[in-house]
Amino acid sequence: MAIIEVHQLVKSFRVADKEPGFAGTLKHFVRRKYRDVEAVKGISFDIAPGEMVGFLGPNGAGKTTTLKMLTGLIHPTAGRVTVAGSEPFQRPPAFLKRITMVMGQKQQLIWDLPALDSLRINGAVYEIPEAECQRRIKELADMLELDEQLTKPVRKLSLGERMKAELLAALLHRPDVLFLDEPTLGLDVNAQASVREFLRQYNQRYRATILLTSHYMADITALCPRVLIIHQGKLMFDGDLDGILARFAPCREISIETKQPIDPATLHAYGDVLTSHGRIARLIVRREDLTASVGRLMADFDLRDLTVNDPPIEETIARIFTEANANEQTMA
Amino acid sequence: MNKRWRKFVTLVAASHAEMSEYRVELVLWILSSIMPFVLMGLWMKASHNAGGSLGPVGFARYFLAVFVIRQLTLVWVIYEFEEDVVKGRLSARLLHPIDPGWRYLASHLGERIARFPFLIGVCAAFFVLYPAAFWLPGPADAGRAFAALVAAFALRFLMQYAFAMVAFWSERANAIEDLWFFMYLFLSGFIAPLDLFPDSVRRVAELTPFPYLVYMPARILIGQQVDLTKGFLVMAVWGTGFWFLYRRLWKTGLKRYSAMGA
Repeated sequence: MAIIEVHQLVKSFRVADKEPGFAGTLKHFVRRKYRDVEAVKGISFDIAPGEMVGFLGPNGAGKTTTLKMLTGLIHPTAGRVTVAGSEPFQRPPAFLKRITMVMGQKQQLIWDLPALDSLRINGAVYEIPEAECQRRIKELADMLELDEQLTKPVRKLSLGERMKAELLAALLHRPDVLFLDEPTLGLDVNAQASVREFLRQYNQRYRATILLTSHYMADITALCPRVLIIHQGKLMFDGDLDGILARFAPCREISIETKQPIDPATLHAYGDVLTSHGRIARLIVRREDLTASVGRLMADFDLRDLTVNDPPIEETIARIFTEANANEQTMA
Repeated sequence: MNKRWRKFVTLVAASHAEMSEYRVELVLWILSSIMPFVLMGLWMKASHNAGGSLGPVGFARYFLAVFVIRQLTLVWVIYEFEEDVVKGRLSARLLHPIDPGWRYLASHLGERIARFPFLIGVCAAFFVLYPAAFWLPGPADAGRAFAALVAAFALRFLMQYAFAMVAFWSERANAIEDLWFFMYLFLSGFIAPLDLFPDSVRRVAELTPFPYLVYMPARILIGQQVDLTKGFLVMAVWGTGFWFLYRRLWKTGLKRYSAMGA
């Protein structure tokens, strides 16, 4: 049975429009004009307990709005949501004790006090017995490689240390469902890897369900076998990472290295040329043409090396969004 | 320890620890509230012509009591709540299984504990400078004043918290508090003791919540007679009204909350 069920979820906001300039300001003051913006347009999906799902989409696609509805922060305009057996926007305490949300750009730790003070508050608020609270802090601190950082004022911590402390605070009550909105935003490469590793361990140890948004594809490819892609409020894709390539990029990438420099013009007969510099070139070919193209390349060029790969997932997803935007503009 | 009690004590302790980080600011906040001392000087000068039951020493004690009451019943929840709504910080509070109102209340109480020693210092300094005004309320008056102070703080907090809910509709909810504060200044006894007001004005004022927020506890502190039953009754009526207003606005406001910025 799914731990997150979303059916035809819709959220629209009423926003006031204002024209620029003094006249626009006066008109805005006397008579405001409003319009409805549909941020989420009838999306549906289910997530099973223990799944780690990546939630992808460009800025303004509706990812964060969806997460806010799933956590009960905002009320849906229409549709049905069930998370951990509850309707999130009712916010019953039993539901709030089973979920957590970490927003990379927001913090819950008290800025001027050591993180331990915020952890004590969370321990009390989530009704965790004192001894158990201490045990969990130690366990999570070990997993996150935090030690004396917990006794330093939060404002003195580095961004990476702060995010780890935020994760500790958010997971102290051992939630079943984690909503993570850009948890590695702004972190350096080492800190990103460390947060990813922690999330993987947490998921394995507690079978927690994780819905993760990130602009860093490395987060998604490292953690999430399944991906949801949302664009302009609509769900464009729901499936595994390989499925994205099969559906949106039914192509393979051929890289060749020749013994003599290549004339890029001669390569167009074998596929779309991605790059060509000296003796090295990269081509994109349709899957059904792969065997023939490879055969012809081997026959026509004096090759030193040839490799065949899937195109990088980052490029594929970027292309999906670019094409979707172009289609929207054409239809408009 | 009872779970609810543990939650609240932990929140107050954390808030006190946070406020204690701002020692200099605390002193400056207290010194910025010296208006009652200015009014004290004016009324002591005018006491011969002012009428009422207070002489120069009585006015000195009254305005010192006003200062103490003002320090102990200060409420800023509307500004904090409005900022939390506008900047989306309310989201983190809503995700916890505790009503956010308890956190705001705890932050006020934590601040009050941190402020208290400085307040005692100001009172001691005042008595050193003006020993003729020295007095200590008797145990009965101290007990009644404490009850009146707790009720005054609770009502002031509840009224401002109810107004704060307007932040779900308007990004400048504190404009209501500014208007309300204007009435508070005149009708609470902050500017002048209410017994100096014309009878008709005083009778109307006594139906509002304001006199019970400053004037009544101040009179108890300086040992004057007050109608406690009437005071607590009026406060209870207003408190009940503001409680229902707060609950209504909270429930409908949450449906409008867009968690902007978070």
